[in-house]
Amino acid sequence: MQIYVCVRHVPDSAASITVTGGAGIDQNIAFLINPFDEHAITQAVKIRDKIQGAEVIAICLGPDDAQKTLQSSLAMGADRGVLVQTSENHDSILTAKALKTAIEQDGSPDLILTGKESIDAEGMQTMFRIGALFNFPVVNNIVKFNIQDNEAIVDHEFSSGIVNRYKMTLPCVVGAGKALNVPKYPTFPDIVKARKKPVKKIALTDLNIETVTNSMTVVKLEPLLQKRNPEEIKGTAVQAAEQIVQILKFEAKVIS
Amino acid sequence: MKNIAVIIETDVSKSGREEVKEICFGMITIAREKNCELFAFVINADIQALKPDLKSFGIANILDIVLESDLQYNPVVRAKAMVKAVEKFHIDAVFGLCTPMGKDLLPRMAAQLDAPLVMGCIDVDLQPDSHTKNCLAKTLQYSGKAIATIKTRGNIPIFGVKPNAVKPVKAQTDTRILRFDGIDLDATKLKLIQTGRNDKSADINLSEADIIIAGGRGMKNPENFTTLFKCAKILNASVGASRVAVDEGWVPYSMQVGQTGEKVNPKVYIACGISGSIQHFAGMKTSQMVIAINSDKDAPIMSNSDYYVVADALEVIPELTKLLSSTQPKAANLPNYGVGNKF
Ligand SMILES: Cc1cc2nc3c(=O)[nH]c(=O)nc-3n(C[C@H](O)[C@H](O)[C@H](O)COP(=O)(O)OP(=O)(O)OC[C@H]3O[C@@H](n4cnc5c(N)ncnc54)[C@H](O)[C@@H]3O)c2cc1C
Ligand SMILES: Nc1ncnc2c1ncn2[C@@H]1O[C@H](COP(=O)(O)O)[C@@H](O)[C@H]1O
Repeated sequence: MQIYVCVRHVPDSAASITVTGGAGIDQNIAFLINPFDEHAITQAVKIRDKIQGAEVIAICLGPDDAQKTLQSSLAMGADRGVLVQTSENHDSILTAKALKTAIEQDGSPDLILTGKESIDAEGMQTMFRIGALFNFPVVNNIVKFNIQDNEAIVDHEFSSGIVNRYKMTLPCVVGAGKALNVPKYPTFPDIVKARKKPVKKIALTDLNIETVTNSMTVVKLEPLLQKRNPEEIKGTAVQAAEQIVQILKFEAKVIS
Repeated sequence: MKNIAVIIETDVSKSGREEVKEICFGMITIAREKNCELFAFVINADIQALKPDLKSFGIANILDIVLESDLQYNPVVRAKAMVKAVEKFHIDAVFGLCTPMGKDLLPRMAAQLDAPLVMGCIDVDLQPDSHTKNCLAKTLQYSGKAIATIKTRGNIPIFGVKPNAVKPVKAQTDTRILRFDGIDLDATKLKLIQTGRNDKSADINLSEADIIIAGGRGMKNPENFTTLFKCAKILNASVGASRVAVDEGWVPYSMQVGQTGEKVNPKVYIACGISGSIQHFAGMKTSQMVIAINSDKDAPIMSNSDYYVVADALEVIPELTKLLSSTQPKAANLPNYGVGNKF
């Protein structure tokens, strides 16, 4: 059984970003694995450990620096990595095509995992596109996963507390939500061991993907500035509550 | 002339009537452009009940999509039905909401059509220039730290509009109803087998909420969260939480607001005992008004709020609840989760 996990190399969530050139960001900040993708890796490793002969392959479309994200995936338990090298930022239409082609050239997927969304592009769509290209069923934001015979039973968190359970035929694509599991962070020996695991590199251009005419291009990026003018509400708890009611009523107009 | 589809979500009002969700009107306002004809797509809804509202927002055509099979709640079937409708009515662009339903439906449609899709739109320009079919959409990226303008190229771009992104503007029009049924659909690879609630946050729909009261480490224990729930109930608000409150096990993960939680866009966000970390802001930065209640006047949330109270939230919230008990909330919509079997 081959389990592919798509991992994205994203700016550290704690870093401030600086817009450069009008539509990009200064890359001189720490990049790491997309937080949701850690849940995908964790799940993949769990499944593999129960199935003899199963293999977890982490795959990433990204720059050379994205080897770090693959190393993290390997330290978390993936068996090997595939880096599809590119120096550009690609939209999810092309990303899905590249990942699909690279996976197909590498092996034959029984299961593909992704995160539920990326924290930089916030596209919320790559998993659905990969699924459509393979003609595999897709469920995103899963919080429970089980394999039974040749099917996957998954719980999809539709919205806060509303859960739909699906039965999917394998192979399938699932997007990991945060409540799926608790990622186990690698120990030092895990990290050392990961360095010996193989990582295959392929240039995006060598995948020979047919020209894509549909696209989404970031043409402008502006920092989102906070323009609030904080005003203090003073007084006792009762007085503060009274003022909040007035604000909700007359300024925000959310109560009458 | 362009045909624009808007995907309508509905609610059940207190009186039990089906109605257009209020957040749809802002989306329709964004979708409405000169020389365009609007098509409202609704699946298995009470069209007559929805018609007056849709008419007053400029919908020329209501497409009554009727799915009769018991597969009607299957997301693959719904997406296929929408795609068929898009093709049959020569739709040039699709608008939906960036809500739980939209987050599932819109990417399925985009994947099927291999069409561009921008989620979380706060603005869309369908005709930035007359020579091409390219469109421009504004959305947040980098965990809410930047606004990106995205150019879509290709047929049938799809836009998932963030709730409360713009003020709804009315525009009366003549409206006709078109029926679209007899759609032959199946979904053999994906079956919906159960639907239901998994925890007490089930009545919370953070991504669509108008008012959110959120608690953080300052709430100290799960019992104190009940005071937030009480206050929220009277306000018809949703309760959110910081990651610390979730990690401590006080409330379920589905209540987390932030970069790795829900992205919210309410009219009012009341933060109680939340410091205002960069990751928390990533989820609530665009709130129209932020009211912070924190015992530390130097907490980052204070300088990023519209109003702040330097106080113990555990004292202010109960007072607020008392006062509000004598006031009426403006609107009270019951959530509509009418799908499939129950757990
Ligand atoms: C990859 C990553 C992703 C993350 N994602 C998220 C996310 O999605 N959402 C999120 O929230 N965090 C997220 N975090 C965590 C984030 O960095 C902060 O740790 C977290 O937001 C802090 O929560 P808090 O404000 O409740 O707690 P604290 O920062 O400890 O703040 C508690 C506040 O409560 C105040 N207080 C204490 N007692 C009272 C009282 N009685 N009355 C009033 N005020 C009181 C204190 O003054 C303080 O300001 C993420 C972190 C990482 C690394
Ligand atoms: N460049 C990439 N390389 C590998 N996986 C990716 C890439 N971009 C997106 N993904 C996967 O798709 C998920 C959703 O991304 P998005 O559609 O941008 O929200 C991520 O959590 C990843 O698992």
